[in-house]
Amino acid sequence: MELNNGNGTSNSNGAGLRLKTGLAEMLKGGVIMDVMSVAQSRIAEEAGAVAVMALERVPAMIRAEGGVARMASPKLIKEIMAASTIPVMAKARIGHFAEAQVLQSLGVDFIDESEVLTPADETYHIDKHAFTTPFVCGARNLGEALRRIAEGAAMIRTKGEPGTGDVVHAVQHMRQIVREIKALTVLGDEELYNAAKVHGAPYELVRMVAKAGKLPVPNFSAGGIATPADASLMMQLGAETIFVGSGIFMKEGAIPLDVEDNAEERAEAVSRARAIVLATLHYDDPKIVAEASEAVIGSMKGLAAAAIEEKDLMQTRGW
Amino acid sequence: MPESPHIGVLALQGAFDVHARRLADLGATTTLVRKPAQLDALDALVIPGGESTTFLKHLERAGFYAALGAFVHTKPVFGTCAGCILLAKEVTNPPQKSFGVLDIAVERNAYGRQNESAILTADTALPGGPLEMVFIRAPRITRVGPSVEVLATREATGHGASSPTLVRQGRLLAATFHPELTADTRVHQLFLDIVRNATHP
Repeated sequence: MELNNGNGTSNSNGAGLRLKTGLAEMLKGGVIMDVMSVAQSRIAEEAGAVAVMALERVPAMIRAEGGVARMASPKLIKEIMAASTIPVMAKARIGHFAEAQVLQSLGVDFIDESEVLTPADETYHIDKHAFTTPFVCGARNLGEALRRIAEGAAMIRTKGEPGTGDVVHAVQHMRQIVREIKALTVLGDEELYNAAKVHGAPYELVRMVAKAGKLPVPNFSAGGIATPADASLMMQLGAETIFVGSGIFMKEGAIPLDVEDNAEERAEAVSRARAIVLATLHYDDPKIVAEASEAVIGSMKGLAAAAIEEKDLMQTRGW
Repeated sequence: MPESPHIGVLALQGAFDVHARRLADLGATTTLVRKPAQLDALDALVIPGGESTTFLKHLERAGFYAALGAFVHTKPVFGTCAGCILLAKEVTNPPQKSFGVLDIAVERNAYGRQNESAILTADTALPGGPLEMVFIRAPRITRVGPSVEVLATREATGHGASSPTLVRQGRLLAATFHPELTADTRVHQLFLDIVRNATHP
């Protein structure tokens, strides 16, 4: 039996990248939930989440509390990994390759180089080819998505505006990427060189997208998705999986629901988690999305993205 | 009986797209199955990789578990990774519900996490030389019953003894790896042959 570097850091024959995008394939058509504790990760798994994102504060709390947002503590990540049978993801700051090295050494299944955390580098993202652990990165447009893929991202998620419960920017970014992909497919070969310049992306990737009519890695959606109908909307717009951050475990005033000691609040979180999972599967059946919506107890109040000052936006982080 | 078999791909979540494309390339008519009533029209079914806990959650609804249970007891079914887990007689790490129709025991996430995912090439009983196998957070088959034929094996590693990776029990086929993620079409072709034999005995 011959080992084809599937486990190594080399990407010379593409085996590493195939394993990375392979895991992303397995996550398609599902919901990935932000969790801040073992109790929350158990609720997520029981509700049918395909993966959990382990973090110390969900975006709504980071937004409310301010300060520097960093990688979660290894202790918390390890506890959540020990309690989960589904893949566990964790976030590193943009450009903070040392945080990413720590996450890889902990054995997380996916690293999110995320604008939700405070960026560590204002010019460079992490060289993701240097890792065996796959990466997901946010993007607002095709050029940004392809730059991240060039750096080694195995999954793209549209950014939206995290921690708001307002889906408007998730919609805007998904529509933008889908529109730009469609536009590439009708260009002639000689026009693709200019398209690469316009998008600020490598020509080979631009050409690949033009031929295939889709990104070379799975395209998921994040940032402001809070209800079953939001999930249905994003799936209909072309998302292949849904990330839900603050929408499940938060109540008024950026405070988490008490899912350990308060049965009512636990029931609320469970109802939201189950409903989003159901609506994501049956996104094209309004009757089932209605049934899911009806089953939801309470909701995140949310923060209109339009009311956020430019300097407080998270989506503009990343280059 | 139609010339082109009608094969469903369970699309609750996971790698359903790549399986459907592969089957269509090999001449099958395919349907993505998200509701139990869709099973009625099918000659056979593929249960893809994904998260078996998520599959089970979705199957709880609308009588889907019972309908799928009836299907896997009578029609050709091919399970990869999570699909293999659902077909198995016994599941460990942790124990969970399964259809129990394929006489094997399976250990979930047996090789560790994503960093232990690997692409291996090994000999196979299929004609045409060694087979490339893509393992992603793979399960391990820890026991096979007497009626189960082993078609490929993963050699012993630091993660434990050698174990079967591709097994057949009559009209049931199961793999712990992902043949849909390689260019090699032999495993899907074998399933199509099983389906054709079952529908044209």
